[in-house]
Amino acid sequence: MSTSRIAAASELGVLATLRRGVQISPQIVDGLWLTLALAVLAAAGRVVVPVAVQRTIDDGILAGGGPDAGRVALLTGLAAGAVVVAGLCTAVVNVRLFRRTEAGLAALRVQAFRHVHDLSTLAQGTERRGALVSRVTSDVDTISLFVQWGGIQLLVSTLQVLVATALMAVYSWQLTLVVWACFVPLFLVLRRAQGTVNRAYAAVRQAVGAMLGAISEAVVGAETVRAYGVAARTGRRVDAAVEHTRATQARAQLLVSSVFSSGVLVANLVLAVVVVVGTLLGVGGGLTAGQVVAFLFLVQLFTGPVQQATEILNELQNAVAGWRRVLAVLETPLDVADADDATASPRGPAAVTLRGVRYAYPDGPEVLHGVDLELPARRKVAVVGRTGSGKTTVAKLVARLMDPTEGEVLLDGVDLRRLTLASLRERVVLVPQEGFLFDGTVEQNVAYGLRPDPPSDPAETRARVTGAVDALGLTDWVAGLPRGLDTPVGQRGEALSAGERQLVAIARAYLAAPDLLVLDEATSAVDPAAEVRIARALDSLTSGRSTITIAHRLSTAEASDLVVVVDDGRVVEVGGHAELAAAGGVYARMHASWVAQTR
Amino acid sequence: MGAGRDGRAGDDRTTLSGSRLRRSATLVWRGMRSEPRLYVLAVGASAVFGAATVAVSRAVGWATDAVVVPAIAGDPDARSRIWVAGLVLAAVALTLALGVAGRRIWAGYGFAAIQAHHRRGLSRQYLRLPVSWHRAHPAGRLLSAASADVEAATGVFNPLPFALGVVVMIGVAAGMLLAVDVWLAVAALLVVPAAIAANVVFQRHMTPAVTRAQQLRAEVADVAHESFEGALLVTSLGTADREERRFAERTDALRAANVRVGTVRAVFDPVIELLPSLGTLAVLGVGTWRASTGAVDAGDVVTAAYLLTVMAVPVRAFGWVLGELPRALVGYDRIAGILDAPSTLSPGSQALPRAAGGLAVRLEGVGVDVPAAGTAATLLDGVDLDVAPGTTVAVVGSTGAGKTTLVSLLARLSDPTRGRVLLDDADVRDLAAGEVPAQVALVTQQTFVFEDTVRANVTLADPGDDGAPDDAAVWEALRVARVDDVVRALPGGLDAPLGERGANLSGGQRQRLAVARALVRRPRLLVLDDATSAVDPRVEAEILGSLASARGGRGDGDDVPGTTVVMVAYRMSSVALADVVVHLEGGRVADVGPHADLLARDAGYRALATAYEQETARRARELADEAAAGERLPGDEQLEGTP
Repeated sequence: MSTSRIAAASELGVLATLRRGVQISPQIVDGLWLTLALAVLAAAGRVVVPVAVQRTIDDGILAGGGPDAGRVALLTGLAAGAVVVAGLCTAVVNVRLFRRTEAGLAALRVQAFRHVHDLSTLAQGTERRGALVSRVTSDVDTISLFVQWGGIQLLVSTLQVLVATALMAVYSWQLTLVVWACFVPLFLVLRRAQGTVNRAYAAVRQAVGAMLGAISEAVVGAETVRAYGVAARTGRRVDAAVEHTRATQARAQLLVSSVFSSGVLVANLVLAVVVVVGTLLGVGGGLTAGQVVAFLFLVQLFTGPVQQATEILNELQNAVAGWRRVLAVLETPLDVADADDATASPRGPAAVTLRGVRYAYPDGPEVLHGVDLELPARRKVAVVGRTGSGKTTVAKLVARLMDPTEGEVLLDGVDLRRLTLASLRERVVLVPQEGFLFDGTVEQNVAYGLRPDPPSDPAETRARVTGAVDALGLTDWVAGLPRGLDTPVGQRGEALSAGERQLVAIARAYLAAPDLLVLDEATSAVDPAAEVRIARALDSLTSGRSTITIAHRLSTAEASDLVVVVDDGRVVEVGGHAELAAAGGVYARMHASWVAQTR
Repeated sequence: MGAGRDGRAGDDRTTLSGSRLRRSATLVWRGMRSEPRLYVLAVGASAVFGAATVAVSRAVGWATDAVVVPAIAGDPDARSRIWVAGLVLAAVALTLALGVAGRRIWAGYGFAAIQAHHRRGLSRQYLRLPVSWHRAHPAGRLLSAASADVEAATGVFNPLPFALGVVVMIGVAAGMLLAVDVWLAVAALLVVPAAIAANVVFQRHMTPAVTRAQQLRAEVADVAHESFEGALLVTSLGTADREERRFAERTDALRAANVRVGTVRAVFDPVIELLPSLGTLAVLGVGTWRASTGAVDAGDVVTAAYLLTVMAVPVRAFGWVLGELPRALVGYDRIAGILDAPSTLSPGSQALPRAAGGLAVRLEGVGVDVPAAGTAATLLDGVDLDVAPGTTVAVVGSTGAGKTTLVSLLARLSDPTRGRVLLDDADVRDLAAGEVPAQVALVTQQTFVFEDTVRANVTLADPGDDGAPDDAAVWEALRVARVDDVVRALPGGLDAPLGERGANLSGGQRQRLAVARALVRRPRLLVLDDATSAVDPRVEAEILGSLASARGGRGDGDDVPGTTVVMVAYRMSSVALADVVVHLEGGRVADVGPHADLLARDAGYRALATAYEQETARRARELADEAAAGERLPGDEQLEGTP
């Protein structure tokens, strides 16, 4: 098991994460000061009602000359206006925050997505695909959700508490201190409890991950599950994981509810304290009845924020954790990237040279032990060898999917590491054994090879694709498909057989028109007649181009200009087919056994 | 691909029908009904919470009248009651907190239980539905049904008991206020219909916005998933820019949709917050007027005003429920679509007796059509085949001839559109569940590796399960499949973890593991669907050789036929091991017979079987011609050599 090259999460602290995040998505802080100013106005709106209550009681109901309805009507009218204005401010603050953060997060998604593609296939391979997807989807969603719920709450609540405190202090600094003395310990206790709550939530996330893993076996392994009749066992595994998730969720809920309701208890006990202490202060002459009652209303402005503080901080932590996971992707260094002084490689016949090339996979033993090779331009080269001999590694190095640990790979005499990747990809295309297809039609998948982009004119695309299909002798095969070129290939091309997927991949690579085509067992699953047909077509159509073919089937070697035999990480023989077949070495033995199997 | 959505029928469907209101009510009712005990407790606790909330405002009003106002005005009796007021408020606070705790705990339990219920239902369905259904439904969608859609469908159950408690709260509050003064009650309770109206408007705007955002979130995930899966292709062709544009385009659509959701909420949130505030102000105005007539006193006004303040958050629970409902309906509909999908492969009831030796296989007039472009494409037609027990059959044909379709019928991964498939003279459609896999093992082109140990990946059973093969049998199967050395080299051997998080095997190693998985089950019919394509020819020859000898040694007596083998093969070495060759072309059987006979009489087969030989010969001729013409540059030969 190789460890992931992409860190699980960035190691930045909370503030550093936010700073780095904002650096990458500067849209988030666009016009932040105006938003904050509007938020202060919005928060000020929250104390309008308590003030109105105080004035109504002191100057209205308890007014010297009996209740004064007219005065209160005017007062409440004004207050209503203020509340509406504050509401408008809240709406504007929300919209501004959503617009800016969503713009920033969209940019973050795209950057992270691009970075994953820019990583070497090796680095990509060390991380589960699903985990990579979640870095650009659910992890970013966590941040988005936090902004839409918790972020707004956090901003408004903080301001609300500040404004309420200021008003309370105007009425009575003593009672204000008493209220703070109740809420501050509550807040501290709740923060402590948060650690336990967080662990419970982490356990839930882990349980959900394991459960989805179990369910995915029932989905991705559907064919296997049926072929072996193991539905019952798979079902038991899924049920156990589902039940574990439920139990973990229930435990987390118990904890969270206990913490939350103790917050409710304290917040309402504060009412008792305010009535007792406030009245005592009032009796001493420091407070009016209206002010004591206003305090009861103002305390409510504390309750919400303090109760929700733990949940909001929790959400904040989730958001920061999500942000860290996305940032970790962007922090992963690109191991195969353009050098500063990289130059573009000009198109033309491609000659490849390997000099003293050694290669070891990360945390693995060396698989190539010093390979020297001269592969002249415009030649068909076949690389053969047993499973595990290192021949696929040679193909990957030539296509620069990774760099050698020692030695150099040269294209037309220039080290690949000194060429721009864009020009290299244009000239060298690798077709792997398992050709990946996008969920679309056969035509769309073949046309994917057209670079830089398939033509916008559908008729032209159709013409190019048909041309490739005809040139490769695949016309009959396409005609036999349910809907011809418009046949949908299904997800990952699974509606086609493995051999058919390879045919599509070959046609796609053909349209990409590289100078050097590297075929890594790209026809291993097609029938012999089709393989011969394709080989012949590639022969006649790639004249002027170079091909390197990694092959199990030695028919390819027979048809090549040069055969390279790799054994145990070393090149043991190089020469023409006839020459090597007659030489009585490794190749001669391989070929004899191949002939015996095919005749 | 959206196939399989139609054709559902019957009364016990999960899918909701009727008006939106009716569907919403059914959704909520079904959820609560599935966990009656938890929801009785949760709603009961929530009712206590609702009543206690009103009690808090009543206590505050009473304290104002009986303690605060007179005490500050100088009444000594009132001063002596200060501590009583404190105790009363504390008692109410305790009741309220207990109500909240009960409500949240049991609501959370119910929520988790309903989620588990949906997930069990979905995964059961995933295991029941045929492979053809799975092919038509992307794995990502099915997984997101079990995660995102289940979460969406159940999101409404979190605030639900809360909202029901609020109904109690409003009822108690209305009764109390009406007893004090009708005008004050009207002023205070006007807020409730206004809040409900605001919620309805909100829901109207929110439903499409949320649906679209949810849809786009799935699309963004699909694009990312597909693009990352094709990463090698993208790197190789250097098309990262194109992929980035594709992803950015969906991401931007999601951004716009999220902003739309946020905007609707941004407008609605202040409105729902505004209503209790405006209500409070109305209460103050009306209350002062009623106080001036002597109908109420300060405490009553404070009670009514305070009630609106403490109701501000709970009344929002309606908003949460109504806000979650559209999302819940969308999520529930997706789940229901899966739960109601009919299984076209219903098992029969007949047993398949386990006789010694191989299975007899017979296909009678078998045809397979698949829907395509409004019509049907025929994959197989008029296939008749009779395979005696112990025979080894090679299915040969060009790419796309229908070989995989044919062999998947034998393991009943799908059923033919026409004709019958018979195993030991029993129609596979009549056989009970589990009968076919007990005796037929299919090794597919691609091997699925479970995240489990090597042992479990071979036995597909848990240790101690009935009939689970012992380690000796596992090693034997691994040895025959020529993958025992690979396993021995893994840390932990049979206990080594495999799968995405465990050791990754090469394509050939996976295929050999799959062969071992089939062999350990001692099948009476072994179906190999090009199952050794990624294995070196020599290794393949070894495996096939051992298969032949292993089969020979398994019968009870010499005259008992061995396992029947049907294999899709390209290599002539594999074909040479077969007793009979079936040549399939264009979904029809072109010819059946021993390899040599077919070579002699079937031109199409000859072209396939001798493709390499002919190519070698053709090349030799070309080289000879070139030598004669003095040509030396291989790069130029095609200019003249093109036929």
